[in-house]
Amino acid sequence: MSNPSRQRSTPRFDSIPAAADNGLLDRREFLRGGVAVAAAMTGFVVARSASAEALTDAPWSQRAGGISSAVERRSRFEEKVVRTLSNPNGEPRTQHARTPHHLLNGTITPNSMHFTIVHNGTPDIDPDKHSLVIHGMVKRPLLFSLDALSRYPMESRMAFIECGGNSAPLFSPKPVKGGVQDLHGLVSCAEWTGVRLSTLLDEAGVDAKAKWLIAEGADMAAVSRSVPVAKAMDDALVALYQNGERLMPGNGYPMRLLLPGYEGNMSVKFLRRIKLIDQPAMTYYESRNYSPLLPSGKAYQFYFVQEVKSFITHPSPGLALQGQGLYEISGIAYSGNGRIARVMVSADGGRSWAQAALQEPVLSKAFTRFRAPWRWNGGPAILQSRAWDEAGNAQPLRAQFIAERGETKTVPSVNGFPNQHYNSITSWAIDSNGEVLHAYA
Amino acid sequence: MPTRNFLLALFLAFAAGAVFADSPNLGQAISEADIKAWDISVLPDGSNLPPGSGSFALGARLYAEKCAGCHGPGGKGGVNNQLVGGEPLNSRIEATKTIGNFWQQATSVFDYIRRAMPWPNPRSLTDDEVYSLTAYLLAMNKIIAEQDVMNAQTLPKVRMPNRDGFIIRFPEKI
Repeated sequence: MSNPSRQRSTPRFDSIPAAADNGLLDRREFLRGGVAVAAAMTGFVVARSASAEALTDAPWSQRAGGISSAVERRSRFEEKVVRTLSNPNGEPRTQHARTPHHLLNGTITPNSMHFTIVHNGTPDIDPDKHSLVIHGMVKRPLLFSLDALSRYPMESRMAFIECGGNSAPLFSPKPVKGGVQDLHGLVSCAEWTGVRLSTLLDEAGVDAKAKWLIAEGADMAAVSRSVPVAKAMDDALVALYQNGERLMPGNGYPMRLLLPGYEGNMSVKFLRRIKLIDQPAMTYYESRNYSPLLPSGKAYQFYFVQEVKSFITHPSPGLALQGQGLYEISGIAYSGNGRIARVMVSADGGRSWAQAALQEPVLSKAFTRFRAPWRWNGGPAILQSRAWDEAGNAQPLRAQFIAERGETKTVPSVNGFPNQHYNSITSWAIDSNGEVLHAYA
Repeated sequence: MPTRNFLLALFLAFAAGAVFADSPNLGQAISEADIKAWDISVLPDGSNLPPGSGSFALGARLYAEKCAGCHGPGGKGGVNNQLVGGEPLNSRIEATKTIGNFWQQATSVFDYIRRAMPWPNPRSLTDDEVYSLTAYLLAMNKIIAEQDVMNAQTLPKVRMPNRDGFIIRFPEKI
């Protein structure tokens, strides 16, 4: 029996009030619209009004399926969902594998799709022969096997990891041709489980004069970074699990440091040594790569925080619109300073803005998925998103960002790192064919 | 509420370096002597620099043999980073960062060569060889003279040209 007071007529899209110009609809009205509207928006194809044909059983519905495998593999129809590789032949330089955000959804990056950067190849570490030593300015140096760490109280948390050089092609004076994977593929988000670093440091007994620690990996080049003890005591983990399974090799198997919200390079992978010290070591990566140059010729040092940022994943280059009508604009927002408080989206290059719905749960230093309903009228549109975090930081507008940080003299490669720590706006221009291109607005 | 005696006991336990009573304490004790092979980090004040020394002449020979293939003759850059020279840093925000125009601490050069170079055989050089390559690269950048010998005493005293070129981004995070 239906309750007449709760009955609703199917809302018409054209009855949903506008929230901003060029087709952005009110998210609250839209959510109230319920299943009918949501169903019409599933996938990236507009619901067509033409009648469907009569249904029949497909061949796979008429016979037994395959045998379960011990390790589940994705459908063979999903083989196009891959990371892009910057150095597939392992030449003597860094290798980057970028996350295909436009082919994923939600807030958790699958382990096979999590971005990785390795500077000297991925080591093949025998976990029974790996250990972590804590020493330097401590009362008693300690050595931990993986077995020993596995007996410690654990903590799980969602956290994004972002390379300090992610999005760097957006320092270009002209829009670089590329999609969300090229431009923003060096950030991912997972649930990490491990032991609080503070627990281990407390057991070792940190000298009050130790203000920094060196974290070092067991890879060939022993990648090392200096980390403030304050961060180590705050929310650092020695992570052993990634989305419920042991870390992937490219993400630091069998253990990595996890510094939520800090530039990815500091979350040292293959972690084998922590040394407490009284001054920053000025290792290669803090001396050179992650000290971004400013137009004045001075450089920012110890940038650490990946500041508030967002970008639209759907639509984005490679996901052409299939005709006029209703679409969901969706994307990812995150901040190294805490939770996302608000995301606004624009369909007219930033002239008018509508508030997007935030997918719960909204977690600190983790991906937040935002969604906003949009009706494309077939005309030109420029889609943008802008995020704010709970600490009150706003994602900077491009003009404001470039005024402070500058732009490159020449157009960089889409895989290049001309500078670091870009967190301004990304614009996607829609042409009349529905093609989506990276643009500035 | 903890009693005063309990707090006193806790204080004494800490003062004696005792282990945390409520923590698993599953780490094995290990001496700094037994960590030595891994303890390769050098600090800007020269802490942990090893004994030994190196000179430009040996450094030039080693560089040509082991480094020039990737970093170009004389450190001018190749398939991998340029190490010598470089444009003024205010010329463009993507200016090439070299040891000469960018690095803040001379000790970082020693640390990185010893830790990570040469590809693919890091930690194959003797400490004298690492000092020599450091001396070569500093001299090629005209930061020291060709006759200057680099060792644990001289290297931390080398003043890098861009030493004051940095702004700490978030001082409150340190």
